[in-house]
Amino acid sequence: MDRVSMGIAAFLAVVAAFATAAYAQKDKAQEGIEAYREALQDGNPAELYEATGEELWKKPAGPKNATLEACDLGLGAGVVKGAYARLPRYFADTDKVQDLESRLLTCMSTLQGIDTKPYVEAAFGTPPKEDMNALAAFVSGQSKDIPAAVTPTHPKEQAMYELGKRMFFYQGGPYDFACATCHGQEGMRIRMQELPYISSNKGAAAGWTSWPAYRVSSGQMWSMQWRLNDCFRQQRFPEPVYASDATVALSMYMAANALGATMKTPGIKR
Amino acid sequence: MKHVALLAAFLLIAGPAAAQSTGKPAPWGPGADDAAFAQMLKASFKDKGIAKLDRLNQDETQAFCSDPGTASGPASAARREKIEAANLATVKWPSDGKWLGDWREGEKIAQSGRGNTWSDKADQPNGGNCYNCHQITAEEISHGTIGPSLLGYGKMRGQGEDVLKATWAKIYNAKSSNACSNMPRAGHMGILGEAQIKHLMALLLDPQSSVNK
Repeated sequence: MDRVSMGIAAFLAVVAAFATAAYAQKDKAQEGIEAYREALQDGNPAELYEATGEELWKKPAGPKNATLEACDLGLGAGVVKGAYARLPRYFADTDKVQDLESRLLTCMSTLQGIDTKPYVEAAFGTPPKEDMNALAAFVSGQSKDIPAAVTPTHPKEQAMYELGKRMFFYQGGPYDFACATCHGQEGMRIRMQELPYISSNKGAAAGWTSWPAYRVSSGQMWSMQWRLNDCFRQQRFPEPVYASDATVALSMYMAANALGATMKTPGIKR
Repeated sequence: MKHVALLAAFLLIAGPAAAQSTGKPAPWGPGADDAAFAQMLKASFKDKGIAKLDRLNQDETQAFCSDPGTASGPASAARREKIEAANLATVKWPSDGKWLGDWREGEKIAQSGRGNTWSDKADQPNGGNCYNCHQITAEEISHGTIGPSLLGYGKMRGQGEDVLKATWAKIYNAKSSNACSNMPRAGHMGILGEAQIKHLMALLLDPQSSVNK
């Protein structure tokens, strides 16, 4: 070996050592977080919200003193099992594509005669909107271990998917952020938080199948609407209206991209 | 609602023009044309705190980069250069000719992700959000990966005038050198002031900074 190639070999060895050290350090931190996440799976407080949601589902309420048990979530009146895995979808009675939470508002209004405006306008986690988190926990829990099966076929579903895709890439605000800024590439992180790449099947599955979720850090149950709301806050956008079309469109984009992935709802997060 | 009407008008004008310049139809499928999309935006958002609806109004850069398929294509090369030049023209250079502030202050700004959300107050200083996306010092292992590592940034580059200018321009307006960079335009959008940018410059370029140790 001549002096030049020895020099190169030595240089490469040093580079490799540095790279390995940096990798090992990162790996250790990441491993710790993953172990923590795994430990959390043992007892998910979301179960308590599921129980509350089931009570709300079966309890007569509103001016009509009716329960939600006749609510059609897409699989026929009263069918909850597997319904969440097929939402959002088109509903003929409203002539709209609806996600779980906008559909629940429809049922509360039509079956129970409830004025849903206070539910739309209240802050997340406060009455009466907190009921929506419990209901979402209950309904999504009835699709646990079932494959996500949203395939846009109705023209309005296809339009909603396209609108969702366009919304995903729409930049605005003082930081020029779009959903795609953080969720448009494979394997990225904000600080230590891994970001799902929502345009891929794997990434969409990681996001879509794990919400609604109980968040350990805040001790709160978050529905998908709440999750999206806080994404837009951090995106420095104005606030999305609860159950508005932009939020349903993004859910349609995620759900359809997650096709075939197993629902793990309700999930648990750090 | 005036801004939404403006947005709709902008989309209607910009849509066909963009399609013409690339010779490609808009990438959005049926039902997501400019009119439908503008209508959805209008119905789906509301003012909250300091985050007003006018934040949905796009400037030319944002509109161009919201269609990444077209924006990144070879047919858009000239348009990208034009957008970069327009962004470079917004850069205000240091008013007193001094480029570097205090790297310790820069570290604090890099650590802070505060500011400009609807839960923030307008009168509080904004953070730089730098660690959210960049590795910067070896000590801070909680860093994001959307941006490149900045470890040893100044050590590798020195403090020549070209380096000072390029670094300042990148922080002030990241789109001046990469039309659709994921990085916010900290100076141009009023996220950070001149003194704060100087502190970040020092964090990156001061030989005493933990970036370069």
